[in-house]
Amino acid sequence: MSDTAANVNAAETEYEPVVGMECHAELLTNSKMFCGCRNEFGGEPNTRCCPVCTGMPGALPVMNIQAVEHVMRTAIALNCSINPHAKFDRKNYYYPDLPKGYQISEYDIPIGVTGWLDIEVNGQPKRIHIRRVHLEEDTGKLFHVAGDESFVDLNRSGVPLMEIVTDFPPDIQSAEEGREYLTRLRSILTYIGVCDGKMEEGSLRCEPNVSVRPVGSNTFGTKTEIKNLNSFRSVYKGIEFETQRQAELLRKGERVVQETRGWNDTRQVTFSQRSKEGEEEYRYFPEPDLVPLHINEDWIERVRASMPELPDARRARFISEFALPPYDAGILTDTRAVADYFEETARLCGDAKTTSNWVMGDLAKLLNASGTEIGASPITPAALAEMIGLITDGTISGKIAKQLIEEMYATGGSPKTIVEEKGWKTIKDSGAVLAAVEKVFAANPNIITDIKVKGLVGKRGFLVGQVMRETQGKADPGEVNRLIDEKLAD
Amino acid sequence: MSELIHLSALDLRDKIANGAVSAREAVTASLQRIEAVESRVRAFITVTGEQALAQADKIDAMRSAGETLPPLAGVPVALKDNMCTRGVLTTAGSKILHNFIPPYNGTVVSRLVESGAISVGKTNLDEFAMGSSTENSGFHTTANPYDLSRVPGGSSGGSAAAVAALETPLALGSDTGGSIRQPASLCGVVGLKPTYGRVSRYGLIAYASSLDQIGPFGRTVKDCALLLNAISGHDPMDSTSTDVPVPDFAATCGESIKGMKIGIPTEYFGAGVSAEVAAAVRTAIAQLTALGAEAEECSLPSTEYALASYYIIAPAECSSNLARFDGVKYGLRSSELAGHIGLTEKSRDEGFGREVKQRIMIGTYTLSAGYYDAYYKRAQQVRTLIRKDFERAFEKYDLLVTPTAPGPAFKVGEKADPLEMKLADICTIPVNMAGLPAISVPCGMVDGLPVGLQIIGKAYDECTLFRLAHAYEQSTGWHKNSPVL
Repeated sequence: MSDTAANVNAAETEYEPVVGMECHAELLTNSKMFCGCRNEFGGEPNTRCCPVCTGMPGALPVMNIQAVEHVMRTAIALNCSINPHAKFDRKNYYYPDLPKGYQISEYDIPIGVTGWLDIEVNGQPKRIHIRRVHLEEDTGKLFHVAGDESFVDLNRSGVPLMEIVTDFPPDIQSAEEGREYLTRLRSILTYIGVCDGKMEEGSLRCEPNVSVRPVGSNTFGTKTEIKNLNSFRSVYKGIEFETQRQAELLRKGERVVQETRGWNDTRQVTFSQRSKEGEEEYRYFPEPDLVPLHINEDWIERVRASMPELPDARRARFISEFALPPYDAGILTDTRAVADYFEETARLCGDAKTTSNWVMGDLAKLLNASGTEIGASPITPAALAEMIGLITDGTISGKIAKQLIEEMYATGGSPKTIVEEKGWKTIKDSGAVLAAVEKVFAANPNIITDIKVKGLVGKRGFLVGQVMRETQGKADPGEVNRLIDEKLAD
Repeated sequence: MSELIHLSALDLRDKIANGAVSAREAVTASLQRIEAVESRVRAFITVTGEQALAQADKIDAMRSAGETLPPLAGVPVALKDNMCTRGVLTTAGSKILHNFIPPYNGTVVSRLVESGAISVGKTNLDEFAMGSSTENSGFHTTANPYDLSRVPGGSSGGSAAAVAALETPLALGSDTGGSIRQPASLCGVVGLKPTYGRVSRYGLIAYASSLDQIGPFGRTVKDCALLLNAISGHDPMDSTSTDVPVPDFAATCGESIKGMKIGIPTEYFGAGVSAEVAAAVRTAIAQLTALGAEAEECSLPSTEYALASYYIIAPAECSSNLARFDGVKYGLRSSELAGHIGLTEKSRDEGFGREVKQRIMIGTYTLSAGYYDAYYKRAQQVRTLIRKDFERAFEKYDLLVTPTAPGPAFKVGEKADPLEMKLADICTIPVNMAGLPAISVPCGMVDGLPVGLQIIGKAYDECTLFRLAHAYEQSTGWHKNSPVL
């Protein structure tokens, strides 16, 4: 093991991280995993619970099939095999937030096994192997208050939780790869609608297991597990910090302690939480209150048929079908909501690249500024398509469109109506444009001379700008150019 | 009114239905009997007289209004105190639940209410149904109505004693390794463990989930059939309850048993079974033959491993099932302040009795990493062998007949050795391991104490079981015995 590396060059050894990822995703189901209680975030403490999820004597679990299908969907999306006789087990341990004294989980026969997820870092593709995808129940929450008291809230108890674990030996070898894996995973989970992916609310949690080894070595060092990472950034920073911390320990000839370390987001450091030396004793055994699942091919096919197009496939299709640059296709397929929005708009207006520019540009800015999800955008795909249509048919100029989209975003109004009301239509009337041209020529005799006499044709653009300004941007740019050229030729 | 307590549930039901007796009179008779004998028998932990009378009045009002009465309308019933009853103390015989009032009704309790049966109270048991005498109860020991110095059997000793002492015509018990049949045998009443999955376990405080099953006690076979009909059937709240049709069990009582093939497994007459009990059972078999059944000896070779493997599987499941009693949410909480780990440790130390602690420790040990394969996994393999033994036997026989318990009721305190106590279930445990239905019917008296005959059936074939048991009962009349109290 590398922590015994007591060679003379220890202080100069370069280390690289090896990272295994354990992710927990709260599943988007109507009810909890084993009872009819609503599966919703928050609520007054202990209001979303019943005899089953509070562990009352005599209460029994009943499997939520929607949760099982969510795990099957995930397994399919991650190229896993599905165990036809997946079963549930009890993981026994005492903690006040665990009302039954055991967690119902899957131990040796999980629903999904041996799959993979392809990522790309700096243009380099890499396959991250997945060991297992299983279903378990979430615990309640424990609150410590000042003094000697603690309180338990069981609203979250029994919420279906999916665990996705990468394979050993781990494929992830940098913080960058770790973040990219999580990004892709989150994208898939939200695509297939099994998880809302909100890391800040804890509905997607990621616990990297980090160890380091001398670069080029194929041994494995002692690992630590990082908890409380609640953003992509903290996952990146956490892995990086642990890599450095462990490498420094080894360079000093010290050893890495196997433990769980928390992440302090303010100080950007990990700190020791709980030692994990020695094997943990959970006394797993098959859950006698549940019967094993019988997942046949028909069921798998039904679930497969209900799956939406996955991010990678959609990205490829956006490139081939809409002739989008790979960069655009990548960004637009990052979440299903954005991809759906783009695709609907592009189909309605028939101009994919322009749609892409508006969705990734002005619309994204407006959404970000107000912290709004694209699904809740005040501008519907139909409205955006209509706006793009107005540019294409020359009703408005591109410059006006930038004002128009802001107005549409603020009021939710239809672009045609706003253009009418604001009088933003392109001025097609040659007389009106000509009047503006003449006014600009009259006001700028020196410029005219510079162009006509001195041949400083670069100053022609200034004239165009002045005319547009004179017409509040409404003049048809083609017409403006034509009239200016005519007048200069006089 | 005192003659009402002698009536079978069936007769009482009919009298209430035709107006000869009111539900209030039936419940009052039961409550008066409880009042009269409870100081000696101590079958109950809680008696719910007021609630029972209020429910009786509802039944009587229904009758006056001309409404159709449900099948057990007005019949008093006692519930083992490990079945959750909304608003009524439910202790599982343990100090750790000395103050536990469930916020919900177990499925059998709801079904009983729908059937019109009226619960008059909750009966005593060995703590968490672990024991064969009620001596492990966290509250008191119930007496055998036939000899107050002896135990009623267990763990459903309170229910068996209540029915034997004419406190109620019916009662519910639970059976994990013999906890209905063995006390039925010792108290001279009929007790049935249904097929695993026949009756919902939702609301039954679990001892060993893969073995526990709720079942009826009555003074006649037909009464048990009636009560089983009321509580059977698939329950969406219990994944292990089976979605199979529920036949009219009572209707099969009375059908001929001519030509029925009965196996007599020799292993059930071996060491441990008293000569008197063996003789009583042999006499009963002769009687069955006289009624037209064909009996022959057979072998269930894995029987000798049943007790050992049961005492691996049941404690393993119990160690996990009882983990929820941590002093946090309900039940006993130690007054010592010691942090949350200490809180759980102290509460469990104060709340659980010796036998329960022992089984939790055994179960914790056998499930531990490094021991799981040698114990739990091995025991499950033995369980498969036991099940296969029965399957093979049932290819040839309709039913198997054995003693229910190796001996009659023993003295309170007599079986101080826990191993000796566990041998009381040697004839009943294999049936739970295989998930089969089995009934105990009175088949004689040894020194003034009742002895039971166990009849084991195929899975979901309680009908054949009832047919034979009823035919035997009606031809002998042992069920007419009553203790003198």
